Amino acid sequence: MSEAPFIRFTEVTKVFSRPDGKGTFAAVERLSFDIAKGEVVAVLGKTGCGKSTMFNLLAGLIEPTSGAVNIAGHAPFDEFNHFRGKIGIVFQNDRLMPWRTALDNVMLGLQILDKDPKESEEIARRWLARLGLSGHENDYPHALSGGMRQRVSIARAFAVEPEILMCDEPFSSLDEMTARDLRAEFLRLVKQDGKTAVFITHHINEAMDVGDRVLVFHRPARIAYEARMDGDARNAGREAIQAEILKVLSLEAPVAHP
Amino acid sequence: MWSNPQFKQFYQATIGTLVLVAAWQIASFFFPHYLFPPVQAILARTVSILINWPELKQVLETAARIFAGLTGAFLLGCLVALVIGRSPKIESYITPLLVFLQGIPALSWVIIAIIWFHGTEFRIFFIMVITTLPAFTFQILDAYRSMSKDLFEMTMSFRPSARILFRVLIVPTIVPGILTAWKVNLGNAARVVVVAELVGATGGVGYELLRQQQLFDMAGALAWTIQLVLFVLVVQQVIVMVERWLLRYRPVSERAS
Ligand SMILES: Nc1ncnc2c1ncn2[C@@H]1O[C@H](COP(=O)(O)OP(=O)(O)OP(=O)(O)O)[C@@H](O)[C@H]1O
Ligand SMILES: [Mg+2]
Repeated sequence: MSEAPFIRFTEVTKVFSRPDGKGTFAAVERLSFDIAKGEVVAVLGKTGCGKSTMFNLLAGLIEPTSGAVNIAGHAPFDEFNHFRGKIGIVFQNDRLMPWRTALDNVMLGLQILDKDPKESEEIARRWLARLGLSGHENDYPHALSGGMRQRVSIARAFAVEPEILMCDEPFSSLDEMTARDLRAEFLRLVKQDGKTAVFITHHINEAMDVGDRVLVFHRPARIAYEARMDGDARNAGREAIQAEILKVLSLEAPVAHP
Repeated sequence: MWSNPQFKQFYQATIGTLVLVAAWQIASFFFPHYLFPPVQAILARTVSILINWPELKQVLETAARIFAGLTGAFLLGCLVALVIGRSPKIESYITPLLVFLQGIPALSWVIIAIIWFHGTEFRIFFIMVITTLPAFTFQILDAYRSMSKDLFEMTMSFRPSARILFRVLIVPTIVPGILTAWKVNLGNAARVVVVAELVGATGGVGYELLRQQQLFDMAGALAWTIQLVLFVLVVQQVIVMVERWLLRYRPVSERAS
């Protein structure tokens, strides 16, 4: 038996009703792709093309209108609880609980997994330290800068040691230097434990740096271009791929919002 | 000290009260004392109620009725809000009913309670619950609906059990709204309770007010009213302190004061 892919989207469509209530539109249409275990996939696409929607489908937060999302033989929406502790998400915005300190925010996932509180605290402290936030454990989110908050939310996702990491533009609100450091840290963490990751970004270079594979989406979310970042692609072939991605992205007219 | 907003608030409230007291005192010079008793007479009666156990007991009795009614309305309100929150369909049936209830004056409930029920305490409890229930329900529902979708999805991504979801997200989300609801309903309940006590209570602030009216004792009527006002002020202050402690995570803008 050939090994089944770890993550598989099969002809997935997600239809939303229009904001004005008149009719519907597809944010994701007949989207199919596979992701192997231990692979890091970067997803590129213009704003509004349905990246976050694909992301929420994968996370099991929304139900596909048709088609199937499958992770290791299970459906993330229907078999919601099966994935407890298996998926870690860094959202597009930090989504910290304002009533929890940085430390307590990082501990949220561990608390939900019913881990021993003492042990959880130790783990959370270690993650905050790793992300350069020692000394801020007891700060409330409103007293942290945007970049610090985003780092807390990264720590929160990593602290549960999930099999799958999902990041929706995690570094887009950070300055270039911090983003570069965190990108390196992120890759180190992912590669060291052989995690599978889906990484959404607006930056072509970031996608090429992070991904083993880069997917370029057109609206409504479907794959318009795909590049494998192995062998030559990281060196001599890089510019050709970059040019190709730019071309594919610019082929699409600016997004007319529904 | 002057820039301390709490002090400023206290100071402004004091000035307002003093002006009112002075106006009353002046009136007492020109009108008969059974209409405008002098301030010291009212104060003396107020203090005498507080230090005289049988009288203080009646104040506490009324306070207990307020708490019992509010607790009942709160618990029932949580239940109704839960039912409504789960089904928009049920909501469209229950909401008009609650709005209708809201329009019925407390005095009508007094009549209904007297005809329907025996037992003074149960009648009072019924009136207190039915008059504060709609507001409580709406406020709890609002608090629940103000929950951030982003935080909800973030929490759900960890796949919490219903019990943990309630503890880590729903409770912290609705607590501020619930505290506000208690503050608002406390004032309403204090006004309703004296009416409710007309159903035949043989003690309590409402009963005493009725007696003062029969005795034509203005100082007494005011002194008993003041007990109720004091009670509301004290409890409200306690709620504000609890609020300040629970919501200490909230940032305060330097422009706010
Ligand atoms: N819950 C929803 N209800 C209705 N429409 C939605 C919903 N979520 C997303 N959409 C719409 O679906 C489309 C795709 O949105 P999505 O958030 O997936 O885009 P995106 O690719 O993540 O964009 P960005 O790069 O700006 O984050 C948009 O037109 C958006 O308005
Ligand atoms: Mg998005």
